[in-house]
Amino acid sequence: MSEIQIAHEPRDPLMIAEEWMKAGKDVAVATVVETWGSAPRPVGSHLVIDSDGLFEGSVSGGCVEGAVVAEAAEVIADGKPRMLEFGVADETAWRVGLSCGGRIKVYVERLG
Amino acid sequence: MDPHSLKKLNQCRRERRAAILVTDLGDGRDRVVVEGDAPAGELGEALGAAFRSGKSGTVEADGRNFFLNVYLPPPRLVMIGAVHISQALAPMAGIAGFDLHIIDPRTAFASPERFPGIRLDAEWPEDVLKRSPLDAYCAVAALTHDPKIDDPALKAALEAGCFYIGALGSRKTHAKRVERLAAAGVPMSAVERIRAPIGLSIGAASPAEIAVAVLAEVIEALRSRGLQARKGEAA
Repeated sequence: MSEIQIAHEPRDPLMIAEEWMKAGKDVAVATVVETWGSAPRPVGSHLVIDSDGLFEGSVSGGCVEGAVVAEAAEVIADGKPRMLEFGVADETAWRVGLSCGGRIKVYVERLG
Repeated sequence: MDPHSLKKLNQCRRERRAAILVTDLGDGRDRVVVEGDAPAGELGEALGAAFRSGKSGTVEADGRNFFLNVYLPPPRLVMIGAVHISQALAPMAGIAGFDLHIIDPRTAFASPERFPGIRLDAEWPEDVLKRSPLDAYCAVAALTHDPKIDDPALKAALEAGCFYIGALGSRKTHAKRVERLAAAGVPMSAVERIRAPIGLSIGAASPAEIAVAVLAEVIEALRSRGLQARKGEAA
């Protein structure tokens, strides 16, 4: 859906991130900031990750979540935001599995 | 992300207020801008456009790169009248992704058995809408044919700047409705926003077909809306 996100997500990642934060957890927020071709999740979609690697939401419908979660641990550790790019043109991305043919850019940042 | 930004953003989302999370991709700093509070200048213009289109994306403004993540409240269809058309319209609109709300003070109509699993209030619209106010992301379909029930809801919808307002009834019925609303002090420019006869013209005959016509008209209004422009016109 390109405009209004019509349906509520059953478990809202940003609400969960706030709960985690209030519980004193370290949290990273990953956001799709650009897509090309047939990307499975629209720009603005979130994946939130805590320092134990627990996550909610999605940035690709399952294709690259593993790689984003791994990167999130680094972001939580050093506090520096990262811009990750995944796509078929990229060997690494192909390996982690964005097989739908699209390309996405994911911004990963620490909360706080 | 700044924890204050996350709290403010989630608060806006709970209150059904449109907001944009603005992240400077250069230094990672972010802030939340609520609709109506956009700053002046290049970034402000980009924010205004993003509120209107609802589209998130990267923009260049004032020599910097920003990511604008737009959070608009989910659209809600409020049906005035727990009538036969509503019995078809509610499930169809639910499948299309709308939040649903049915209001009808007539308890014989507004029974949970007739509308399983749907938010239903068997009270007068003016009472319900005080508790659960309409906003620019609501569509209102007045379906009772009864001015005592429909008119106050239509007035409330016009005041709230709902993105769609439709009323069931023939042209003759609607002409009388226009007279009543005008007599009640509603400006003509507002009254003209009411879509009547309700629904796209597809020759709908049965209640279910009318529901299709209404839902199509609601979706058309949603996808072509200019929320900001419309706010100034609201009664």
